[in-house]
Amino acid sequence: MNARIREDWESADTFAALMKTGESVRLGRRGFLKACAGAGGGLLLGAWLPAATWADAPAAGAEPGAMLGVFVRIGRDGKIVIGARSPEIGQGVKTSLPMLIAEELDANWDDVSVEQLPLGLVFGGPPPGVAWKWGPQGAGGSTNIPDAWQELRQAGARVRRMLLEAAAKRWNVPVQQLRTAKGRVLDAEGRALGYGELADAAAAIPVPTVDVELKKPEAFHIIGTPRRVVDAEDIVTGKARYGIDTMAPGTLVAVIARCPLFEGGVKRFDAKAALAIPGVRQVLSLPGPKGDEPITQNLVAGVAVLADDTWAALKGRKALQIEWESGGHDAESTQSLDAQCQRLLAGKGQVVRNDGDVDALRKASDRIIEATYRVPYVAHAPLEPPGAYVEIGKDSMRIVASMQMPGGASRTANAITGIDRSKIEVIMPRVGGGFGRRLSNDFVAEAVLLAKASGKPVKLIWTREDDLAHDFFRPFGQQHLSSTLGADGMPTSWRQHLASASKYHRRPDVKPEELWTAELYPDDFPAGIIKNLRVEWSAVKSGMTRGSWRAPAHTANAFAVESFIDEIAHAGQQDPLDLRLRLLDHETMDYGQHGGPKFSPRRLREVARLAAEKIGWQRKLPQGHGLGIASHFTFGGYTAHAMEVSVGSDGIPVIHRCVCAVDVGQPVNPLGIEAQMMGGTIDGLSTAMNLEIRIDGGRIMTGNFPDYPLLRSARAPDVEVHIVASRETPCGAGEMGIPTAAPAFTNALFAATGVRIRRLPIGDQLADAMRKRTQVQS
Amino acid sequence: MAIEFVVNGKDVAFEGDPEMPLLWYLRDHAQTLGVKYGCGVGACGACTVHVDGGAVRSCSMPVSAAAGRKVTTIEGLAHGNTLHALQRAWIEEDVPQCGYCQAGQIMAAADLLARKPDPSDEEIAALTNLCRCGTYPRIRKAIRRAAGLRKQDEVKA
Repeated sequence: MNARIREDWESADTFAALMKTGESVRLGRRGFLKACAGAGGGLLLGAWLPAATWADAPAAGAEPGAMLGVFVRIGRDGKIVIGARSPEIGQGVKTSLPMLIAEELDANWDDVSVEQLPLGLVFGGPPPGVAWKWGPQGAGGSTNIPDAWQELRQAGARVRRMLLEAAAKRWNVPVQQLRTAKGRVLDAEGRALGYGELADAAAAIPVPTVDVELKKPEAFHIIGTPRRVVDAEDIVTGKARYGIDTMAPGTLVAVIARCPLFEGGVKRFDAKAALAIPGVRQVLSLPGPKGDEPITQNLVAGVAVLADDTWAALKGRKALQIEWESGGHDAESTQSLDAQCQRLLAGKGQVVRNDGDVDALRKASDRIIEATYRVPYVAHAPLEPPGAYVEIGKDSMRIVASMQMPGGASRTANAITGIDRSKIEVIMPRVGGGFGRRLSNDFVAEAVLLAKASGKPVKLIWTREDDLAHDFFRPFGQQHLSSTLGADGMPTSWRQHLASASKYHRRPDVKPEELWTAELYPDDFPAGIIKNLRVEWSAVKSGMTRGSWRAPAHTANAFAVESFIDEIAHAGQQDPLDLRLRLLDHETMDYGQHGGPKFSPRRLREVARLAAEKIGWQRKLPQGHGLGIASHFTFGGYTAHAMEVSVGSDGIPVIHRCVCAVDVGQPVNPLGIEAQMMGGTIDGLSTAMNLEIRIDGGRIMTGNFPDYPLLRSARAPDVEVHIVASRETPCGAGEMGIPTAAPAFTNALFAATGVRIRRLPIGDQLADAMRKRTQVQS
Repeated sequence: MAIEFVVNGKDVAFEGDPEMPLLWYLRDHAQTLGVKYGCGVGACGACTVHVDGGAVRSCSMPVSAAAGRKVTTIEGLAHGNTLHALQRAWIEEDVPQCGYCQAGQIMAAADLLARKPDPSDEEIAALTNLCRCGTYPRIRKAIRRAAGLRKQDEVKA
């Protein structure tokens, strides 16, 4: 993984900080597996989970089993337990990563159960002295599958090799004469030994330190087959545990009143009434970064109430008397941000890509079309709000929290307390949604600060109001697109100027001239295809804290670009699908941002064609219906949406059909990919329809879900997902479903009604347009 | 005076603040942690439980209002080791993504099926519990499947 990728999906955690401590320093594939083999010495028995949760305490009645390598434990009964290394935030990696291991282990999936690993860091060794024990543990940038594709299949294949060698010894035959079949080793004469019968002997064989041969895809019986979520039964019976479920005797529940004013602070507070509430134990001042200082720990200053239970803490917080200090953003509002964008777009921006001679074409052209698109600030709003459990002992610490970056949590905790990172245990329960919110560990920092100050184990709770008011929001921005058209209706030049509040915000290590890199991916379509192309960026000043939101800049840019392509098609009297198919009929090109190193326009073309075919692009539609399409390349994946919509006279849109075609390379778990595409589509539609964090007076005006109306079932369409059968190296799937959902929808709305949506959220725009239309008609 | 009621078949008594939302009683005191907090204002449904058989958003009901009543949480939905038809359907349709809202979704759907054993698509889609992951299409399929499973169970019985 190159520096740029890591940086792209880190939020408040900076790449520089990661480099210092080492987790992001990727050992090569071989190095990683060797580090695994060496970490526990010899056979690594019990080396992969804290003893209390692994070797000492196997599930009731289960065979203790033997460790083979660092991910696999095989019981004498043939039951196999596989460790899942990355946070499960709903993207399905707790199922799909163990599938990679199980495939090459040639296990019978029905014999496999999965256990979550804690954060595993190996200390000592060559500089920087910290390395991943099980490989990278994080959730961001849809990187888990591509990161694990070689590593975890090798891990499984090497264990299979150990089992083969154990059988060869038992039978005294050359290992080459043996093969495996779903949990058994077989010889040419039809003899068979179950993996459980071989586990102890295999555990005595050293883990291979060089690559062993992997299966041919034709032999896959797990990869590429639909597998259900491994925790499903625990989830539907209420047994699954999330960060918020962590309880221990003697713990104080904490809630924090945080300064609502951007970059503000606490002037003074009175805790008397709060402390008088039964159950309230302590009220603590929680300092935060001053002004626009980098956010490396907690997000903002506040006052914390610590109590025996959640209700007492909430009541205590309500009773606090606090006077806040302004951060100097009192004039900032949603309107002022829109006006600022307009001013910036009227001028010139920082040129971030400049191909050919756009100005010459514009001077010579008599057909120029242009449009401005807007996306609002939006919140992540994972259904499980942020929070953390932290227990500080004598020179040790235990953190249990719903996180996307457990390594960052350990680093932050070390920075606050000085406790050695090797003594900080970080446990990852299931995560009630991520969407990028938990790339930052500000909530872990708060809990650590409070545990340190109070001397007690602390369980920090965020309310929904806390969550919507204190987030690392998806950047606000407007972009102006302009194109010259040739006589054939094809775009001959492309100018794109984005004014946005960069998500690289209040970071210690990003230079002002690099802020654009979080906002624009200069190799994105149509770069390299339209030869005269200029892309500019202007910085919007805002006090809002910003960060990575599922498929970061792709959500804003795909909306603008895919809407504008549609506008070009209509202006040039071309079919919007035909225009895309013509533009995308192009050789594979270099792609220097996350998801590269190559971008294949033809793979994108194929998903656009597939989505169009499935929705019946050429068919005659019922009166008032319209079809829309959009396609986009996101982090290595190719997605297209096609939708059929109509709009009632009340302005309420109805999605009659919603088709999603996706190419993520070799599908690992088709059932999981389908889920991600459905979810991503609905996330994209939900956000486009109604969601905006509104600002006035330098503070957020959005309170709770009633002000932030996520889509409910009644308006969420069924999504027909078509997955391209591919043998290409897989990418992830968590973010690919979002970017094209909004533009396919708004393009379809245009086809149905003639109303072009250029500002998100859609809100009342359709209703207003329909009302005007009715008024004109009457 | 203690507030006395029943949680998943067990008698409980609570002597704390009667205004405490049932949600926080269930999570912090009864430790039925399958009941989830999502918004605290009755908007998301993650905290849905049954009170005397009907779906209630436990964040918006004071614990005192449970006095003398029977509360069932997701932990109490199955009959012993036999999962409720909805729980089976949820697994079969592979509904959960992050899974956080699903206990509330299932409790709301169980209430629907208790009232309407064969609900229409509109009635199924009218459930207002939020799912941030967007699992709605599979939730709807699972409810339809569960309605079918229950019919089968009845035939067998």
